[in-house]
Amino acid sequence: MKYQTQKIALAYFAVAMALFAVQILGGVLAGYIYVMPNTLSELLPFNIVRMLHTNSLIVWLLLGFFGAAYFLIPEEAEREIHSPMLAYLQLIILVVGTLGVVVTYVFNLFEGNWFLGKEGREFLEQPKWVKVGIVVAALMFLYNVSMTVLKGKKTAITNILLLGLWGLALLFLFAFYNPDNLALDKQYWWYVVHLWVEGVWELIMASILAYLMLKLTGVDREIVEKWLYVIVAAALFSGILGTGHHYYWIGGPSYWQWIGSIFSSLEIVPFFAMMAFAFVMVWKGRRDHPNKAALLWSLGCATLAFFGAGVWGFLHTLHGVNYYSHGTQITAAHGHLAFYGAYVCLNLAIFTYAMPILRNRDPYNQVLNMASFWLMSSGMVFMTFTLTFAGTVQTHMQRVVGDYYMDVQDSIAIFYWMRLGAGVVVLLGVLLFLYAILVPRREIISHDASVAAE
Amino acid sequence: MSDANVLDELPGDLMMWVLIVSELLVFGAGLAAFLAVRAADPSGFAAAQDTLLRTGAGINTIVLVTSGFLAALALRLRDADQRLKARMALLTAASLGVVFLVIKGGEFAHKTTLGITWDTHPFYTFYYLLTGFHAAHVVAGVMILVLVTWRDASRNIEVGAAFWHMVDLVWILLFPVIYLLR
Repeated sequence: MKYQTQKIALAYFAVAMALFAVQILGGVLAGYIYVMPNTLSELLPFNIVRMLHTNSLIVWLLLGFFGAAYFLIPEEAEREIHSPMLAYLQLIILVVGTLGVVVTYVFNLFEGNWFLGKEGREFLEQPKWVKVGIVVAALMFLYNVSMTVLKGKKTAITNILLLGLWGLALLFLFAFYNPDNLALDKQYWWYVVHLWVEGVWELIMASILAYLMLKLTGVDREIVEKWLYVIVAAALFSGILGTGHHYYWIGGPSYWQWIGSIFSSLEIVPFFAMMAFAFVMVWKGRRDHPNKAALLWSLGCATLAFFGAGVWGFLHTLHGVNYYSHGTQITAAHGHLAFYGAYVCLNLAIFTYAMPILRNRDPYNQVLNMASFWLMSSGMVFMTFTLTFAGTVQTHMQRVVGDYYMDVQDSIAIFYWMRLGAGVVVLLGVLLFLYAILVPRREIISHDASVAAE
Repeated sequence: MSDANVLDELPGDLMMWVLIVSELLVFGAGLAAFLAVRAADPSGFAAAQDTLLRTGAGINTIVLVTSGFLAALALRLRDADQRLKARMALLTAASLGVVFLVIKGGEFAHKTTLGITWDTHPFYTFYYLLTGFHAAHVVAGVMILVLVTWRDASRNIEVGAAFWHMVDLVWILLFPVIYLLR
């Protein structure tokens, strides 16, 4: 660790990993409720469990991004973070806000209160006071990292990262705008949801991936930057108007069907480019970095993001297909592998790279961590397949044949059991990952044990 | 990287070529979708096509190709150190872009007087989407040409002309398919 303030990342990563565990436990519980529908139906209804599962995911991914920024910006800008105190204060605000959401929802506090009560807008369920807290925390963060970069060295990686983080914060402001007209509500709601995950988050992902490639493969910065710019251009070109693929059936004009279909079909391009980038860098790279686990997560991230976000996204993005598949388990299949590949693996890659450095345990190649990659990823891929089959059958029975929704659900229960099994495997993978990151003090398994760090 | 050398040989800037390829993919996909939907309703598409002003669009083709020629000429003039002439050529090219937009605007106004909107018939959905998107690119192209008239480094003109040729090329694909194909 070259800069003392990189240590801030440790606190962020720790909270992120704790929420990661909560998220996966929530996921397994939700998967169990799918097959045993009366489980906790009074105490913790399914909609609340689902909200906890998705929101804890978003919050821990964001904390991971913030931590990654605090870790890599000092190295890139070649100076300490402007204000470590602000960074910790920001984390406290976010943690208090997160706890506030959980308590408000679980006990249904302040029902109907515009400022303190729950809002119930999918993914933007936070009570308004938490939304305000998020904005305050985001402003503190942007001020902090922007000051650091402005005073230090500017690289393509920090420029793209900051562009992504600024976009992330500004787009969140649409969370405050909630028109009564349901079509308009959805239109602006996607400004946050879509333009995050298929817009600015891709910039964050590309820049963190570029940083990891730079460190792990030793390829020239100039080449990494060229790839980075192409990826970012392709992501924004396809992603912004690709928002149209959410406007097919919300009551908007029908021209969105063509704009959405055409542009969102191209959203596969940046993900393909990221996968090509990661593998080409590894092939061209001369450096034999000891942290093989971080490399595995990086390559896994690029590959599974291509399949989960790219291929599974394309699967149902054309409006002629989506007319039948909309809102079926096909969507759930895509959602799971896309988030896992693109953003979960990315975060776990930067954790895996940074944690040994942050805890002075470098170098070690983390065999347990690599095992957790295969366990978690195979669980998630199997879940994606079962949900895809469930969705295909569901689409046919419900949308083509015209059977009743709940009858269809009963007849695809077998897939939900398999999904639960896959979820348990993912949970085991997560526990193994957390153990591998947090517990072993030294662990080098190498043919040549004298392999030194860079 | 060996392929980096190939990329370095591209005229202008790599990012402009990324944009050009992306644009061609979008307009190509749009035209393909147009042809696919047309195949389901050839007579409806033919009837709708007859309301288009083909002569105006034909003139616009000549206008845009001439403009593209002038942009290419400007680069040659600039490389021969005839900066003033190069700038004149670029401004004329930009003006022809404005002429294109005026004729195009007349065409859209004509549709409005006929009471035709984008959802009158699927043909018009594509007509407005494709020629509308293209017209937006002409607006961007005119601004780029003015910009490189001001900042007239040879490389800048090369990048601007590459974009302008893409706008040209897209029109040359749109014109026969949308206006003429029977």
